[in-house]
Amino acid sequence: MKVGVITFPGTLDDRDALRAASAAGTTAISLWHNDADLKGVDAVILPGGFSYGDYLRCGAISRFAPVMEKVIDAAHGGMPLLGICNGFQVLCEAHLLPGALTRNKDLHFLCRDQKLVIENNATAWTSDYAKGQEIVIPLKNGEGSFQCDDKTLAALEEEGRIVARYVGENPNGSRNLIAGITNERGNIVGLMPHPEHAIETLTGPSADGLAFFTSVLKAMVK
Amino acid sequence: MALDTVAIATSNPDSTQPFAELGLKPDEYARIKEILGRRPTSSELAMYSVMWSEHCSYKSSKVHLKQFGEKAVKSDALLVGIGENAGVVDIGQGYAITFKIESHNHPSFIEPYQGAATGVGGIVRDILTMGARPIAVMDPLRFGPADAADTRRVLPGVIAGVGGYGNCLGLANIGGEVVFDETYLGNPLVNALCIGVMKHSDIKLAKAAGAGNLVVLYGAKTGGDGIGGVSVLASETFESTGPAKRPAVQVGDPFVEKVLIECSLEIFAEDLVVGIQDLGGAGLSCATSELASGGSGGMKVALDRVPLRDATLSPEEILMSESQERMCAIVEPSKIDRFLEICKKWDVTVTVIGEVTDGDHLEITWHGELIVDVPPRTVAHDGPVYSRPLAEPAYIARVNAEVISPPIPQTAAAIKDAILMMAATPNLADKSWVTNQYDRYVQGNTVQSQPDDSGMVRIDEKTHLGVAVATDANANWSYLNPYEGAKLALAEASRNIATAGAKPLAVTNCLNFGSPEDPGVMWQFAETVRGLADGCLEMGLPVTGGNVSFYNQTGDVAILPTPVIGVLGVIDDVRTRTPMSFDRAGLDLYLLGASDSNMSGSEWAYLHEMRGGQAPTADLQREMRLIDLLVKGRTEKIFSAAHDLSQGGLTATLTEMVLRHNIGATITLDNPGVSLFVETPGRVVVAVEPGKAEALKKAAGDIPLTHLGATGGDALVVNDVVISLDELRKAHTATFEKLFG
Repeated sequence: MKVGVITFPGTLDDRDALRAASAAGTTAISLWHNDADLKGVDAVILPGGFSYGDYLRCGAISRFAPVMEKVIDAAHGGMPLLGICNGFQVLCEAHLLPGALTRNKDLHFLCRDQKLVIENNATAWTSDYAKGQEIVIPLKNGEGSFQCDDKTLAALEEEGRIVARYVGENPNGSRNLIAGITNERGNIVGLMPHPEHAIETLTGPSADGLAFFTSVLKAMVK
Repeated sequence: MALDTVAIATSNPDSTQPFAELGLKPDEYARIKEILGRRPTSSELAMYSVMWSEHCSYKSSKVHLKQFGEKAVKSDALLVGIGENAGVVDIGQGYAITFKIESHNHPSFIEPYQGAATGVGGIVRDILTMGARPIAVMDPLRFGPADAADTRRVLPGVIAGVGGYGNCLGLANIGGEVVFDETYLGNPLVNALCIGVMKHSDIKLAKAAGAGNLVVLYGAKTGGDGIGGVSVLASETFESTGPAKRPAVQVGDPFVEKVLIECSLEIFAEDLVVGIQDLGGAGLSCATSELASGGSGGMKVALDRVPLRDATLSPEEILMSESQERMCAIVEPSKIDRFLEICKKWDVTVTVIGEVTDGDHLEITWHGELIVDVPPRTVAHDGPVYSRPLAEPAYIARVNAEVISPPIPQTAAAIKDAILMMAATPNLADKSWVTNQYDRYVQGNTVQSQPDDSGMVRIDEKTHLGVAVATDANANWSYLNPYEGAKLALAEASRNIATAGAKPLAVTNCLNFGSPEDPGVMWQFAETVRGLADGCLEMGLPVTGGNVSFYNQTGDVAILPTPVIGVLGVIDDVRTRTPMSFDRAGLDLYLLGASDSNMSGSEWAYLHEMRGGQAPTADLQREMRLIDLLVKGRTEKIFSAAHDLSQGGLTATLTEMVLRHNIGATITLDNPGVSLFVETPGRVVVAVEPGKAEALKKAAGDIPLTHLGATGGDALVVNDVVISLDELRKAHTATFEKLFG
């Protein structure tokens, strides 16, 4: 099973995402933003970073990258797609997920170990978690405050499309403590915190993040 | 201004030139004329003025810095020493580490965000230039009093700049320092350290060899930012009044630098360059003259080919511009197509601006007219060298004669108040407000970061080889005795490497001082260099490079002498490191090393406005035995935790240890009012399992060992003083939020 990780100019966490996908037992493949070629992968990760320097708005330019046309088509067809941090911002800009990520409430970049609760374990990326499971993984961004209109928020809540929520104090001002959401089908997940930085306790706050990548391996086998 | 060419300079030798405005002294200007046998053209004058500035030429410090070479121990680990962009050290398994620290003090005072950001950008390019992938950064910072109005302007901007640039490059920020003192109010210190990793075979040098090879400029276009930054800013004392110098601070774009890093690493991987140099201080003047001097000396450059952001720039300005995110490479003609192709892949602007010649002159033309014709070594390396007058300043005898006896808390209530006050004082308070603005996780190899004693990064995922880096300065001790202060800072940084069980390997330094034209400051500097060179010789550690920042002075007030010492260590298996704190109850706590009662230079004395006294005498033999014990304690699995004692003494160390994993400790001390606050060097607190007491005693040898107490509970208990962890945490963590949040 092959997982592709896209590198845009300015992407930072691509090597970490490749490492995490490999650690979960998948074959991790590097994809280049300028190649409209998914190299036969079964799932795609849009990693964190500052793609295209976050010029204009975070993710606003990346969504037009040649590779994204293929990614969007495949995701509409049900391919598992995970956007982490900047990748989540790209998914929102590409309208694969609703809402937008805005400046953190205190206007600082914030890097800390963050407790989350997994609320939806029926997505392609979270099936290896228990519903209600609490995990600790790094949160690190300047623009991580999830915002959307009331109607969208109500729909996300009613349809169970909130994948993970912050536990405790709201770190960035996200509506309803939202850390991650999914689409109706459950194949596309956007997540602000970084599971790829928490696959071993030596270098992360925990190994809690690995299950995102083992989950997708199972989803692909199905 | 009409174009000034070599032909005009020859035919019109007597026209007056603004050498003084460019920072050159009359005798320096005379020397340029002597070298060239005519007056310089305006472009040549621009080049000499920036390259002969204090910042680029080290003209006041050179005579002292040569001790680092003369006194150096022969080290097989040193692959590239002082003189290149950064030193390179062998860490085994075919890996080499390059690391260096630099200052960006003056720009950061004027424009905190951009000053700090471009400081990070500059040191990262130095590391990249050696052929290495930059992997981590550290930022030792110093500011005026925490509650001063200008600190509230400077500090948040500097922190945001360090984070804004470093985070965007994908470099883990693994530590640093934040220290406050009145003397830094008009002269904040922003030092930046970067570490890079490569294989031995990947080392690149700044040399333009091989006639016919091409000179290639790639990266950002050249603009008007930072023109004269070097000579105007870094080499001139701030006066309390004077014109705004804002335009001389460079403006950075970390996205461009990130792309430049990846593009360069791909170019290096295909072995496409003969030599390479980044464009930092003094821009193209520096890059062309240093590359040419690194080879036979011959180079031709067509300056009009340089891509510009501002088409109105004159040739002099292009030569002096310090626009960020630019590199200059020497490429064989057969490899240029592939070089251009990789730049295209990354959308990096690239231009062939000249070629290496078999002559010995650097010739620069502007639309066909010769505007520079110089022997490049005279620009890059043969700048003036000054043996500036130095004299022990009068304050030394005065402050050394003072007897420092700050009030000693006696009652339980007074001791509790003192512990809480120390936990909360800005110099010792929790720095998460700062470090939470930095990405410490990126690249997935960070094993330790602030508040650990050192930053530690895994180098190889299979063998678990890693490196540790710490930076330290104790300016209070350097003020009292700069010779001992330098040695003590070296010892402290080495100890901070060793507490985790890593072995110190090499040294870099950033020497921050006042004006070299003040004999007292020059004496502080000379004593510091002598102390550091002697200390490195005694400890067997090579100095791999460094940076000198003079003129950190407002009017007559110089900063405290602040030699920031960076030590790199190696650890064969990062999984076995000794953590800085304990995560369980029932461990015994011991103090390694002897304590005395000298409070001079301590935080406790500083809080009581006592700056005098005598600095401790560094005992490096004892420090080395302690380091051996700390390394042995890891390999023989004796220690469950180890944490250094430095600023703030035992109370600071215990506060940090109990709060790390929220496990308390109960301690018994003979004279808590003194032993909690004294800062005797060469001491470490270790936690061991009760069954390992004998092994510890045996390993300790002649290093004094004092049983302090045991871990456990939800309070820090010292004799009859009980402080709940909640109360201690509140005191420790509220300070920065309250001041800057």
